[in-house]
Amino acid sequence: MPEGILCNKQVVDTKEKLNALLADKSGKQYYAEMKALDIDSKALWATLEKTCKSRLRTWLEICAHCGMCADSCFFYLANDKDPKQVPSYKIQSTLGEMVKRKGEVDNDFMHMVMDTAWSKCSCCNRCATYCPFGIDMGVMFGYVRGLCFSQGFVPWELKIGSGMHRIYNAQMDITTEDWVDTCEWMAEEYEEDWPGLEIPVDKENADIIYTVNAREPKHYPEDLAEAAILFHLAGENWTVPSQGWEETSLAMFAGDWGACKIQVESVYAAMDRLKPKRMVVTECGHAYRATVLEGPYWAGLKSGKTPIESFHYVEWVAEALRTGKLKIDPAKRIKEPVTYQDSCNYVRNAGLGDCAREIMSYIAEDFREMRPCKEHNFCCGGGGGLNGIGLYRQARNIGLTVKRDQILATGAKLVVAPCHNCWDAIRDLEEVYKIGIRWSFLKPLLLSMVEVPEHLKPKDE
Amino acid sequence: MYELVTGPLAWLAFGIFFIGLLYRLVWYIRGLNWQMDRVTYSKNVAYGIRGALRSIFFWLVPFGTHGWRFYPGFTILVFVFHICLLATPVFLMGHNVLLLERFGFSLPTLTEGMADIMTLAVIVAAIFIILRRIALPEVRIITKPYDFLVLAIAVAPFLTGFLAYHQVGNYDFWIVVHVLCGEIMLVAIPFTKLSHFLLFFLSRAQLGMDFGIKRGGMKNKGMAW
Repeated sequence: MPEGILCNKQVVDTKEKLNALLADKSGKQYYAEMKALDIDSKALWATLEKTCKSRLRTWLEICAHCGMCADSCFFYLANDKDPKQVPSYKIQSTLGEMVKRKGEVDNDFMHMVMDTAWSKCSCCNRCATYCPFGIDMGVMFGYVRGLCFSQGFVPWELKIGSGMHRIYNAQMDITTEDWVDTCEWMAEEYEEDWPGLEIPVDKENADIIYTVNAREPKHYPEDLAEAAILFHLAGENWTVPSQGWEETSLAMFAGDWGACKIQVESVYAAMDRLKPKRMVVTECGHAYRATVLEGPYWAGLKSGKTPIESFHYVEWVAEALRTGKLKIDPAKRIKEPVTYQDSCNYVRNAGLGDCAREIMSYIAEDFREMRPCKEHNFCCGGGGGLNGIGLYRQARNIGLTVKRDQILATGAKLVVAPCHNCWDAIRDLEEVYKIGIRWSFLKPLLLSMVEVPEHLKPKDE
Repeated sequence: MYELVTGPLAWLAFGIFFIGLLYRLVWYIRGLNWQMDRVTYSKNVAYGIRGALRSIFFWLVPFGTHGWRFYPGFTILVFVFHICLLATPVFLMGHNVLLLERFGFSLPTLTEGMADIMTLAVIVAAIFIILRRIALPEVRIITKPYDFLVLAIAVAPFLTGFLAYHQVGNYDFWIVVHVLCGEIMLVAIPFTKLSHFLLFFLSRAQLGMDFGIKRGGMKNKGMAW
């Protein structure tokens, strides 16, 4: 069977295709079909010839096989230093082989490549910072994921996710109506406690356009309310777009570059339409990476920048605290030991580590760094889409042990994790390993300690 | 024979070395693509240059990066090996005598004792690099016969030069072999992993630009390598 009904080389761009995939519980049929999927070697080789150019070829060629990337990889450490988890080995045995064989690979090989690209690499890019030649195996595995996707070898959840982006411009089936309703509902829900609270939709020329992770309106709408309250307290002139509000990109995790482009262009269109001064992205790492850092390239913006300047939530919070827009009640600062999970996507790969420290200096009295930290922190264990892939749950759980031990070593019981993937991974590691920790986004913490200006307090208080 | 290897063959070897490297340079730069690599090489240039220089500089300083500090023993091996490998042939008295004879100029030279020590350092470091390759499972799994061959090509001129200089056996024989080994190394540089002679700088610069332009360099003090 060259192509399966569910598992094939086609993109998911209709609701029918999407629903068929969703109906296949845990992707049982999908993965069964994958076992019989043919490889289009010609197309694979053509893609390699066209896109595997000097940067990638040089990386593959000059790797000195020195092994200095080994200890940089949390999967290597978590798996008892299994040599098969050495990043260099992982990329040479997958992409290296594909190039060597000029795309002439079989189904078993592609299964191995898929397993490696998604369950042995979270594209955290830490190895890139430990290679003397600057070989970035995270970037290479991102590229390999694209090759896998084009051949139909992609985990079921991510095939669905990339389809969602193509159909809904969001990683979940949230329509414009659902989104706008959620905004209105949250504003109404919290208006009593916070007089004058608004979630302005499609307001033109605002100072800030705020964009989110679809999980927030879908599963944690109070996150949206918290963001609104904090903007309200800070006196920001802000808005959310009715369309183009989704920052995340499961398409990036899937290697579906076409969907990546569609997704970020929906956000950039909102910027063009509403002409805000700047964008603030919610507490999500890969969302920022996708829409702010990589997105301009997918969309072909030659400046390499988003149409308007874009900021991660931690940048906005640090600024709000620095300028006094938000004031912390000293009595309510976090007294207990607390640590901070540096997200790979906005710290190592976007340089925002100092914002995080600045925030912690305002809100915590006993802040404890993980070791290593900042740009050199380890991935939470759930990045790169791994949290969401059922097939690789066991591999993910093993990987979590590195983060578990890092957290334990700080002695802190509270972990600030302003990134959805990190937040999930830390929640899951507590569920699996029960080390007695709590974890939080910044918004609820800030709300619990921020000083409310007199004129914004409810009248009956 | 000596005239042949130090005459036409030397010209040929240096010719291939320079033209080969020039080809690699042009090939590398022409193969870069701002959209595919997702780095605006020709925009935000100041950030790019800063990122590239930082990326090269810190990795050229012993213990200058987290990576070098994590593996102190190997770092010493790597730096001793490379510094001695590059400096010894350039500043060797014998080579500079040739340079003066043929081209009328010479560089400052190493004392004979120092040259001996540095030559032995290359050989001893290479032995430890080989042992490390065999002993450590994480290095063994990625090691191929090719890695040993490349190391042999790099070390052979030092071993043969040492034997010739100290007249172990037949000087005339060893000196010819030594020159040939040097020429093999020169020719091998553009075509093997030894191309990192040039590509180290290009690859580091590229990643430095990536971090300097896109991955944080425009918002922070620069990547803490």
